[in-house]
Amino acid sequence: MRKQLEEILNKAVAEVDSAADEASLKAAQVAYLGKKGALTAILRGMGGLSAEERPVIGALANDVRAQIEAAVEKKLAAVKAAELEARLAKEKVDVTLPAKSKKGGRLHPLSQVEKELSDIFVGMGFTIAEGPEVELAYNNFDALNAPADHPSRDFQDTFYISPEVLLRTQTSPVQIRAMQGKQPPIRIISPGRVYRCDEVDGTHSPMFHQLEGLVVGKDISLGDLKGTLEQFAKLYFGENTKTRFRPHNFPFTEPSAEVDVSCFVCGGKGCRLCKGEGWIEILGAGMVHPHVLENCGIDPEVYSGFAFGVGLERVVMIKYGIDDMRHLYENDLRFLSQF
Amino acid sequence: MKVSLNWIKDYVDVNVDVKKLADIMTYTGTKAEGFEILPEKISNIVVGTILSTEKHPDADRLTVCKIDVGADAPVQIITAATNVFAGAVVPVCLDGAILHDGTKIKKGKLRGLPSEGMLCSIEELGLTKNDFPYAPDDGILIIKEECYNGQDIRDALNMRDETIDFELTFNRPDCLGFIGIAREVAASIGSPLKLKAPQYKVSPEAGKIADYISVDVRNTKLCPRYTAAVVTDVKIEPSPLWMRARLKAAGVRPINNIVDITNYVMLEYGQPMHAFDYNYITSKQIVVRNAAEGEKITTLDGNEHVLTDKMLCIADGEKPVALAGVMGGLNSEILDSTVTVVFESANFDRSSIRHTSRDCALRTESSGKFEKGLPVCNTLPALERALELVCMLGCGKVAEGIIDICNADIGERRIPFNPQRVNALLGIDLSREEMAEMLLPLEMRVEGDELVVPPFRGDMERTADIAEEIARLYGFDKIPSTLFKGEVSVGGYSVSQKFIADLKAAAVSHGFYEIATYSFISPKAYDRIGMAADDERRNSIKLINPLGEDTSVMRTTALPSMLDVVAYNRNRKAEEIGLFECATVYFPTEDGMSREEKEFVVAMDGKGDFYDLKGYVEAFLDAVNVKAYRLESAAETGFHPGICAKITKGSKVLAVLGQVHPAVAAEYGLSKGTYIAVLYVNALLETADGSKQFKKLPAFPALTRDLALVMDDAIEAGAVAEMIKKSGGKALESIRVFDVYKGAGVPDGKKSVAFSLAFRLPDKTMNDADADKAVANILKRLEAEAGIILRS
Repeated sequence: MRKQLEEILNKAVAEVDSAADEASLKAAQVAYLGKKGALTAILRGMGGLSAEERPVIGALANDVRAQIEAAVEKKLAAVKAAELEARLAKEKVDVTLPAKSKKGGRLHPLSQVEKELSDIFVGMGFTIAEGPEVELAYNNFDALNAPADHPSRDFQDTFYISPEVLLRTQTSPVQIRAMQGKQPPIRIISPGRVYRCDEVDGTHSPMFHQLEGLVVGKDISLGDLKGTLEQFAKLYFGENTKTRFRPHNFPFTEPSAEVDVSCFVCGGKGCRLCKGEGWIEILGAGMVHPHVLENCGIDPEVYSGFAFGVGLERVVMIKYGIDDMRHLYENDLRFLSQF
Repeated sequence: MKVSLNWIKDYVDVNVDVKKLADIMTYTGTKAEGFEILPEKISNIVVGTILSTEKHPDADRLTVCKIDVGADAPVQIITAATNVFAGAVVPVCLDGAILHDGTKIKKGKLRGLPSEGMLCSIEELGLTKNDFPYAPDDGILIIKEECYNGQDIRDALNMRDETIDFELTFNRPDCLGFIGIAREVAASIGSPLKLKAPQYKVSPEAGKIADYISVDVRNTKLCPRYTAAVVTDVKIEPSPLWMRARLKAAGVRPINNIVDITNYVMLEYGQPMHAFDYNYITSKQIVVRNAAEGEKITTLDGNEHVLTDKMLCIADGEKPVALAGVMGGLNSEILDSTVTVVFESANFDRSSIRHTSRDCALRTESSGKFEKGLPVCNTLPALERALELVCMLGCGKVAEGIIDICNADIGERRIPFNPQRVNALLGIDLSREEMAEMLLPLEMRVEGDELVVPPFRGDMERTADIAEEIARLYGFDKIPSTLFKGEVSVGGYSVSQKFIADLKAAAVSHGFYEIATYSFISPKAYDRIGMAADDERRNSIKLINPLGEDTSVMRTTALPSMLDVVAYNRNRKAEEIGLFECATVYFPTEDGMSREEKEFVVAMDGKGDFYDLKGYVEAFLDAVNVKAYRLESAAETGFHPGICAKITKGSKVLAVLGQVHPAVAAEYGLSKGTYIAVLYVNALLETADGSKQFKKLPAFPALTRDLALVMDDAIEAGAVAEMIKKSGGKALESIRVFDVYKGAGVPDGKKSVAFSLAFRLPDKTMNDADADKAVANILKRLEAEAGIILRS
């Protein structure tokens, strides 16, 4: 009987091992361990054994059962793994086929840049001030110290609604409104649309966008203006950006400066973007002219301030290498989707 | 303004090269736009003297020249020119020479004989007959200047110079002349300005000015100063080479000695001058007066102008002889026959000149300068300089006396000087003495608490102006960068700014692209979108001076702008168009200003149908917390009468959405179905509920009942939903339409709409019996109110 059991074990293990799939494995399991299986038959025959032999053979038979069961279990796992592998192999897809399009939209590049710049200044403690585009000539010119016969007031340069009302030519009247409304400290930026009588071409548009900043308080100095714009330039154009100030003249600031930043493409070595100069003119700035402060009821002997302005179109065009301003207003989707 | 460095060097020693100077000047406030080294290309062209000429043995038209070019042996050059002769001094292009236009000259053979280069004409040197009046019209330049064989032609013809192109600022009209620039150079490089008063000799035999002329200034406001001098025995001829060369370098065409002198002085002092032929001044009289309305003058350019009484003219006893400050009259032009000249150096009101120049469509170098507001103090020195040049050139005799009618203050001015305030404004710490020293080269002196300012610096008024001078001379780069102090301020965006940003973000996240369009449109756009003739939105703000009709009114609706862009993209074969713009619209107000509002316009073409658009709009409203609004069908300008809805809350219209009216779409060349929604930002902002409150998640399951209801075709599903809502009881949680069916099994003129209702109770599970009861109640009500029955 011992011998029979060993034979059964050997046969069963061989059969299990050779099973190719789950079905034949199950069949083998039934053939040996099932109610009518070979091992069961042996166990039934144990009644004819002596009292001494019975426990020995019984233990042996249980051991054989356990071994067969283990073999089945092991083989079953292997067969299942193989089957899964085969199925997954069949499910392989061509990952290079086109995606099912999930297009997100985009903000207009002008909005993107306006937001980027605004975020930086908001982080520096500025709030965003807004004002009307149809503006008083007084706020757009007189209050900003533009001389009465300044050519920018001409019909050739400024769109008029009436002799006293015009389309603002700069966002600076927002500064006037801010200062008229409140005593210092003032810390605002004013992004927005402005208008000038320029025919449309690659570098001109009768409507464009500016972003201006104004800080008024006690002991505000030109050094503060430099520090603020240097910090801004580093935040926007990169930590290694250098800034240079060139004296200039604007009616509403004194002293005034044009501000260049080191070219963010070549780092100042000279390239196509900066036309070999290593610098890109980006901002106009200066100390608020005392006449402007006075016009807004702020005492220039007590308070001082600085202002700066940047053309958003210019920043957009430089940033993205756009060579023709008309793209910005044609709104071609092939253009808009690039940014 | 192009400035000749040779010229500047008359007035200041320049110890740096042109590039460095350009940089320095930029940093001290006179921006150099670029510089040039003249002549740009010419090289290896020398002076030579023709020793002999012979006819070419094999070519009738060629001449073989032996030329001394200062080398050991003469060179042989063959030329086709006919004006060469032995003894002629000529420009010789040696082998490898480069002409003005960049052409390279090489030695070669002409009809068998070697030619070692070329002789050249003035054109090949980049010159004209204005520069060398004695040059032949056609042929080799025969040089009459002092020079020697082998001398570089650039030196022999005084062609070498360097120029810097300066961009001048509005506040510095004193820099419109080279002396003004020289003063800035002097202050910038720390080299003294060498300015001396012009010296000239009066010729007693020329008589006194009073013998010739009197001046009557009748409008002293428009002409604050008028100075004049008379020169007799004038011999009109070309001016000398040095003067011609300088004019050329500065970009001015030499004409003749008298005209060149006026131009020379204008460049040097920035003060335009005029020269009249005295013979044509009647009644020995110059009258500076407003023109009579309709009076005429033909200016030097040959054009006739009809004047108005606002224009200032220079007249003799009878007629205008010049358009003051703009251009002289043809009737008193300097001609070769001129023998007596009246020089005028005057100051005119800048805005008067600007208007005259504009109204006559005549812009000249002179008007361009006067428009910038020239210093009154320069008129007399400029006139004296002209007389000095007359003497230097020996081209006339100066009559005794100068007429100077001055009605302006031309003295020094004093302004308060407060070094502490200057330091505070700039964030620096300079001593009073250091500042005084910096200001001195600009001819400003510190005296006590005052700064004495020269008369040509009208821009200097107060501390800020002094601070500017100090800042630029000290150097912006040396001013330490600081961050402003003062109380901490919290920056940020306002509620409406955030609201708009959220709205835009929602549109972007649903695949819409933002556009930017002009705020002004054509008034015809209102017709194109089918706006009623009496629609108040046609009352838009009009520009007085638009660029054209297309941009002549401020839009009261952004619909046309959006349709333009949709059409633009459709024409470029875009397939899926989804666009939005947060557009400002402008409504006129009683005070002549505007009420500016924002419209959030969304457009789709090839991106779904009305229900897609509705879904997007609902998503956008959800993104900005606009809830509990009402949507109903509507008829709005520009929209399909049957596919248009209005969203309202209370009395406020929040949005209009629908398909663009096919006729309007056709007007824009659109045919595939364009859908547009206009969201009114102000109304949305006012109705948005910014507060978000947590609601407990339901503890018990919902029970759903689906009902297919048969109703008249005209009944809107929304109305049925309303009825269901009213009669469904408290447990009715949601109503959803999931199918609309017309056809077999449903009578004609009817439709079947399938609703899915969900019932839920907060405190226990909804049971079937309660749900059935609620449904029965709903059906009873629907049938009673609208004849709606359950589909069998």
